[in-house]
Amino acid sequence: METITSDIAIIGAGGAGLRAAIALAQADPRLRIALISKVYPMRSHTCAAEGGAAGVIKGDDSLEQHFNDTVGGGDWLCDQDAVDYLVQEAPKELLQLEHWGCPWSRELDGSVAVRPFGGMKIQRTWFAADKTGFHLLHTLFQTSLQFSSIERYDEYYATDLLVDEGRCCGLTAIEMRSGQMRQFRARAVIIAGGGAGRMFPFTTNGAIKTGDGMALAYRAGVPLKDMEFVQYHPTGLPSTGTLLTEACRGEGGVLLNKHGRRFLQDYGMGPETPIGKPVLKTMELGPRDRLSQAFWHEQKKGNMVTTQWGDAMLLDMRHLGEQKINERLPLVRDMSISYMGVDPVRDPVPVRPVVHYMMGGIHTDIRAATPLAGLYAAGECACVSINGANRLGSNSLTELLVFGRRAALSAMEYLASDPGRGNSQAIDAQAEAARARVRALFQKSGGESIAGLRKEMMHTLEQHAGIYRSGEGLSEACATLAALRRRYANIELHDKTNVYNTDLLQALELGSMLDCAEAVAVSALERRESRGAHQRLDFTERDDARYLKHSLASFQGAAAPRVDYSDVVITKSQPGVRDYSGGHA
Amino acid sequence: MSERTVELEVLRYNPETDGEPHFQRYSVTCREEWVVLDALNHIKETVDPTLSYRWSCHMAVCGSCGMMIDGEPKLACKTFLRDYPGVIRVEPLAHFPVERDLVTVIDDFIAKLTRVKPYLIPKEEKPVAAGEYRQTPAQLKRYKQFTLCINCMLCYAACPEYGIIPKFLGPAAISLAHRWNQDSRDGGRAQRQEEIAATEGVWECSFTGACSEVCPEHVDPAAALQQVKIKSTVDWYLAHTMPWLNK
Amino acid sequence: MAEQVTRKPYVREVPRMLWFLRHPRYMRYMAREFSCLFIGAYTLMLVVGLKRLAEGPDAWAGFLAALGSPGAIVFHLFALAFSAYHSITWFRLTPKAMPVQIGDTFVADRVISGAHYAGWALVSLVVLWLAGAF
Repeated sequence: METITSDIAIIGAGGAGLRAAIALAQADPRLRIALISKVYPMRSHTCAAEGGAAGVIKGDDSLEQHFNDTVGGGDWLCDQDAVDYLVQEAPKELLQLEHWGCPWSRELDGSVAVRPFGGMKIQRTWFAADKTGFHLLHTLFQTSLQFSSIERYDEYYATDLLVDEGRCCGLTAIEMRSGQMRQFRARAVIIAGGGAGRMFPFTTNGAIKTGDGMALAYRAGVPLKDMEFVQYHPTGLPSTGTLLTEACRGEGGVLLNKHGRRFLQDYGMGPETPIGKPVLKTMELGPRDRLSQAFWHEQKKGNMVTTQWGDAMLLDMRHLGEQKINERLPLVRDMSISYMGVDPVRDPVPVRPVVHYMMGGIHTDIRAATPLAGLYAAGECACVSINGANRLGSNSLTELLVFGRRAALSAMEYLASDPGRGNSQAIDAQAEAARARVRALFQKSGGESIAGLRKEMMHTLEQHAGIYRSGEGLSEACATLAALRRRYANIELHDKTNVYNTDLLQALELGSMLDCAEAVAVSALERRESRGAHQRLDFTERDDARYLKHSLASFQGAAAPRVDYSDVVITKSQPGVRDYSGGHA
Repeated sequence: MSERTVELEVLRYNPETDGEPHFQRYSVTCREEWVVLDALNHIKETVDPTLSYRWSCHMAVCGSCGMMIDGEPKLACKTFLRDYPGVIRVEPLAHFPVERDLVTVIDDFIAKLTRVKPYLIPKEEKPVAAGEYRQTPAQLKRYKQFTLCINCMLCYAACPEYGIIPKFLGPAAISLAHRWNQDSRDGGRAQRQEEIAATEGVWECSFTGACSEVCPEHVDPAAALQQVKIKSTVDWYLAHTMPWLNK
Repeated sequence: MAEQVTRKPYVREVPRMLWFLRHPRYMRYMAREFSCLFIGAYTLMLVVGLKRLAEGPDAWAGFLAALGSPGAIVFHLFALAFSAYHSITWFRLTPKAMPVQIGDTFVADRVISGAHYAGWALVSLVVLWLAGAF
């Protein structure tokens, strides 16, 4: 097996992976950096983020207010030391992006413009029209091209971490174009593999978001933290799940039920604010979990519009006018017309909540370090945790920059302790075993189909681990997912060739998703309370006495994961009431 | 919800079993509002798991699913079945080597993109702590359109020059160089000229305009290339007729 | 299937000579380029006319007589049509090559093309005036 040796290997070349790579290359040009991704960097899903990135820059704002919005938005499950670090570093990182040429939208005087966003009390979301993630990703990718020490391995699918003497010493990955397994030896590894929204059938996430990074760490013994918290974005197109950014509401768009009523006022987010004059942190600028839950209740009452793709509410942007929509929301207009046949300039657009983001992920500390020495994680795949039980829109782009860089710095500190490269023979044997496991897939003839298992998994999660959950449903989901994992052992590849074998790729991705899905369902079953994005019909209240804690799901092989709990770091904000009524201070 | 049977003729090539590519026909029941990518996914899930192609975002921003659809370079996620009454012919993007089925080899573009230095080379160095570079909305507008390139490679598949002269830097790489040249914060034009004003740079372009016609993001690469030509011409005349301007 | 394989990317040949037959878009481009041949031919004819003029009144009269022949008239009609096509297709492209930004907005494409047409008309008037048409 071909072995590629570097100092630090990064899995994932989206926003977090690229930010980490650049930080490493800048800090020490002698470092050899292997940047490994299953897709070309510009295909990474960071490109689909639309609305913006939060960071305190304007005179009327303060770090403390960003902190408070984030912690309250996360229903007090955020680690407050991590949030402190995030809000402090955010403006520096966003300015750094500006210095690398990111085309941020501007004020007339040439300073960076900010826009309102859900759950934020002050306007602090930097944006580049409605393609912020796209511009951020391409700015990082193009900037990374100036560093020759960043060696890219595009379209390599990581299969296993290599661990020796309790330290992560590299990974194995399949080169897609040849189908061959490669061994990557490194003194430290950073995982930046993104989320796992594809576990669900209706999601804003691209096809590549299959939880591979999470599963890599999980199988290597690193717990997945707070996996029960899955964010539904309230406004996706019912036909395709395509995201219409929160900026639609930030710019003044309103949500209506079929009677034309702005129903959010009936769910603790009123009183109604004047059309065209959005008020921060209330009504349509409430947080995503509350809005999605309000949709669920309205649907139960039969107040939703019926479309051929199911029930929907209406996102009305007509009063913004054509000029503003073209300038600030051009992608939204384009996609509404293309995929729904509705022009937001003329008609309200039907939308419904759609799976968008995993608050949970690889357990890391505030330094982006996992419990496994030499292994770091950042971005959506990680849970550091700054998002708690519900992420505020525009905190995730900031997070991947801040903690992508932090992971790089921590890995460098670790390298300075001279961790060595582990026992070469032992690692070789592990790599060989990983290769053999993949080759064994080619021999199987169990008859289970990848598409079939995937469909059942998606259906199970949608049915039982959606916006509202119950103990009964989750128990059923756990049983079904356990069975699916058993059946996964019998999947049969139809494509037994090597070059760009997407049948094999999808089989491996399904394996990742099943592991993550089980962690979601088991963690959700164990959390007998309602908090943020995790709402239980059988435990409707937040229970700080028992569950002001992070869940930690640990991999147990074929058995269901074990769930432990760890304390939430609380420094200055004691759990309180999340108030999104117009009357809040 | 209306459905119809759609016939797709897809170019297949597996280097391990095929000497050369051949067409395979699939007949699938599709929903009226589907795009070509939905039909391909449906084929992969229900008919033929061996079919290989790239895709991810399904919203025309990741640039993965470029392919020739009835001879025209298109993003499969934004090409609607309803616009194609007959058999739909799907092939890998023209002008690129075929790795497998609809998957092409795009190493050439990545290497060219790297050569044109597509990153900010600051006009004046300024520490991050000193805040942002000021840039007015008008200055932003000057280059914004050229930042919208998603690297989907449709322009290369449309460009007849690139088909005949593979050394040509091509529409996307030059447009991105131009994007940085036009940025008020950038001072790196002289460094990029070496590549983009060379024979295999912009002068290989004969202004067919095909790139701009197929660009799904309305970047208008043809415009970028002509602007580079004019600026490079002005450079040449200034250098040769007013040598005292060259310090 | 054997585990070890070598890649074998397939390169599709592009015709090097008649490539423009592959797509109507390329044909339109070739038509635009082809139209310049008539402009070139017309210019050559003017050079011949100058030469005849230099050779004396008889030669010049013969040249003028030749211009009145049916073949010459047909040629002029073709040259006029193709040069108009050439000019129109190029003027349509001028906004791409020469965008004009005033403040926040780019000057509309039709204004830039229109300015070229106006310039064209002005030059034509000057030529006609020099020729004593007015």
